[in-house]
Amino acid sequence: MTATTDPYAGSTETSEGPVFTVTGQDWDSIDSSTVEGDHLVINMGPQHPSTHGVLRLVLEIDGETVRDARAGIGYLHTGIEKNMEFRTWTQGVTFCTRMDYVAPFSNEAAYVMAVERLLEIEVPEKAQAIRVLLLELNRISSHLVCLATGGMEIGALTVMTCGFRDRELILDLFEMITGLRMNHAYFRPGGVALDLPDGAIEKLRSTVRLLKKRLPEYAALCNANPIFKGRLKGIGHLDLAGCLALGLTGPVLRATGYDWDLRKKQPYWGYETYDFDVVTWDEPDAYGRFRVRLDEMWESIKIVEQATERLAGMVGEPVMVADKKIAWPSQLSVGADGQGNSAEHIKHIMGESMEALIHHFKIVTEGFRVPAGQAYASIESPRGEIGCHLVSDGGTRPYRAHFRDPSFVNLQGTSVMSEGGMISDVIVAIASIDPVMGGVDR
Amino acid sequence: MVDAKGAKDERDEGTKTQDASHEIHAELAKSEVRELEIVDVREGAFGTHGTGDTSGFGGLTQPVIMPSASQQPYGGWYDEVSDKLTTLGTPDAIEKVVVDRGEITFFIRRHALLETVTHLRNDPALRFEFCSSLSGVHFPHEKGRELHVAIHLLSMTHNRRIRLEVAAPDDDPHIPSVVSIYPTADWHERETYDFFGIIFDGHPGLTRIMMPDDWPGHPQRKDYPLGGIPVEYKGGTIAPPDQRRSYS
Repeated sequence: MTATTDPYAGSTETSEGPVFTVTGQDWDSIDSSTVEGDHLVINMGPQHPSTHGVLRLVLEIDGETVRDARAGIGYLHTGIEKNMEFRTWTQGVTFCTRMDYVAPFSNEAAYVMAVERLLEIEVPEKAQAIRVLLLELNRISSHLVCLATGGMEIGALTVMTCGFRDRELILDLFEMITGLRMNHAYFRPGGVALDLPDGAIEKLRSTVRLLKKRLPEYAALCNANPIFKGRLKGIGHLDLAGCLALGLTGPVLRATGYDWDLRKKQPYWGYETYDFDVVTWDEPDAYGRFRVRLDEMWESIKIVEQATERLAGMVGEPVMVADKKIAWPSQLSVGADGQGNSAEHIKHIMGESMEALIHHFKIVTEGFRVPAGQAYASIESPRGEIGCHLVSDGGTRPYRAHFRDPSFVNLQGTSVMSEGGMISDVIVAIASIDPVMGGVDR
Repeated sequence: MVDAKGAKDERDEGTKTQDASHEIHAELAKSEVRELEIVDVREGAFGTHGTGDTSGFGGLTQPVIMPSASQQPYGGWYDEVSDKLTTLGTPDAIEKVVVDRGEITFFIRRHALLETVTHLRNDPALRFEFCSSLSGVHFPHEKGRELHVAIHLLSMTHNRRIRLEVAAPDDDPHIPSVVSIYPTADWHERETYDFFGIIFDGHPGLTRIMMPDDWPGHPQRKDYPLGGIPVEYKGGTIAPPDQRRSYS
C-alpha cells in the first residue's frame, strides 16, 4: 500500500487544532509550515521487539519527552481461566502452566496449593522438596531471561547471549526432571507427576557448580559498567508508597528496601527450613531492580543446593499423597521409545486386577471431587506475588479459577514509571518490571 | 503445619497468615448452622439429562452447598478484626462471616463496601494496606445475587489475609469501585467488568481490558459458551469441550 491510498492517513480538524495521521513513509505529505510544536501520539507495539511480547503502549510525546503513557493489553488473551472450568482439577495444571511461560512452575505451584487447601491435604516431604528445588531453579532461569532481554534492549548483546546460554543449563535440568523445557504440568494436586530420574542429583550438583562459575560474569560485566549504569540509574523510579498503592510486588518492591518476600513472611512447603536471605536494595529504580535480581539468583542457588542434598537422602520416598482417591494412579517411566507408562503398572491393571483398572479409568477420566468452597493461595514467583483464587462447587472441575498474576498488576506501574522521562527510557522502565504477556493476558 | 503423619510442626508457629486456632471453633460453629448456602442443584452423574442417561444415576439430585456462616468465636485474630470492623462500620455492613479452610471471608453489603475498605486500610489495628486481588464469580442459580466480587486484602503490617465478598443481582450489576482506596484495583475491576459485566460505580475509566472494545457479551459468565468446533478424526467426531458429556 502506498502512502497516498492509506485510508487512515490525512488530517482532521479538532478542537485542539489540526491532527495529522501518518502511518509510515508518508511524513513528506505533511506541510511542515502548518504544524506547530512537536506533539506526537505514537503506538509502540503490539508488534515491537522490546515490549516483551505483545504489549501495546500509547505514548504521547513532546519531542523526546514522554508526556503520557498508557499500556494496552489483551493481545495474548487465550481464555485460560475459562478453559479450566471445563477440565478436571488435574488437567487444570496443563492450562495454567502456559500463563507465565518464563516461570511456569510458579503458576503450577499457586494452582496446586489452592487445590490442596480446598482438599485440606498436605503433600509428602519429598514432593515439597522437589517443588522448592524446581521453583528456585525457575527463579534463576526467569531472572536470567530478565537480565538477558533487558540487556539486549539497551544494546548490551553480550548480556543477552550469556543469559540465554546459562538459562539453557537450567532448561536442560527441567527437561531431565519433567520431560519438557517449558509447559511442564509437573506439579499435580497431591504431589508431583513423577520421581526424580536416575542421575538427577549428580546432574544438579554439576550444573550448580557451573552456574556458580558463570554467574559472577554478569556482575563483572554490568555492575560498574558506566554505560549500563547510565542507562539504568534513576530510570523507572517508583518508591514504596507507589508500589503498595499500585500493587507492585517482587523485585520492584524489594528494590525500595522493603524485605517483603512470601517465602520468608508466609512460608510454604518448608521454606522456613532453608537457609537464605531476602535481597533488598535502596535505589527504587531500574538499576536497583537489576541488582536485586542478580543477588536473588545467588540466594536461589543456596536453596537449590540445600534441596539437592535433602533429596539425595530421600531416595524411594513417595512424591504423591497416599490417598488413592486423589493420587494419579499411573507412574510414567521412560521406555525404549523415550516415553510411556511404567510397564509394571500396565501389567497390574491389564493383567492382574480389574479393580485397579476401574480405579485407574475413573481417576483419569472423571478425576476427583473437591468439596465446595473457595481458597486463595499465593506464592512468591520471580515477578512477585502470584495468587490463585479457586472456587469449587463440589464437582470434578473448578467452578472458577482466577489468577492474580504479578505481571498483570506490576504493569500498572508503566505510566508512573515512564511519564516525564525520555522515550528511550520507557523501554528500560518496562524491562525493569519484567512483564510476561502470557501471564498478563492469560 | 500438620505433616502427613499428623505431627504438628512447631517451627512455623507465628509465621502463618492463617490462624490455626480457628480449626476447633469452626467445627463447633457448624452445629449452629441455620441457613444452607445452596447455590445450585446437581442432577445425574454424567452431565446428561432425561432419557440419555441409562446408568441409573440419572435420577440423582444433589444440592451444591457452599460453606455456611460461622459463629463467633472464629479463633485467633479473626475475632479481633471482625470486632473492630463491626464497631467502626455501619451496623448492617457485614452480612455474614464464613471461616472455612483456614480463610476468613466477610460478606459485605454493597452499599457499605467503600466505607468498609476505607476502615480496613486506614485503621491502624486493621491496616490492610495491600489489595492483592479482585475478581468475579458468577452463580447463575443464586437468584437475586448472581454476581459475586471477591476482594483479597493483605495486611503487610500484621501479616494477615482476609477476603471480602460482595454480591449483586444480575439485573442491577452495580458495585462501588474501590479504586479510590486501592489504586491497584483499576485493572482488576476493568477485567472483572470485561469478563462478568459487573459495573464498578466510581471507576475512573471502566473499559474492556482483555477483549476487544467492540466485543459482545461477557465471556466468563456461566451462560457464555466456551466456543470451539467439532473435530473429526478417522470418521469419528469429537464435540468441543463444553458440549462433551462430562461428569457433573
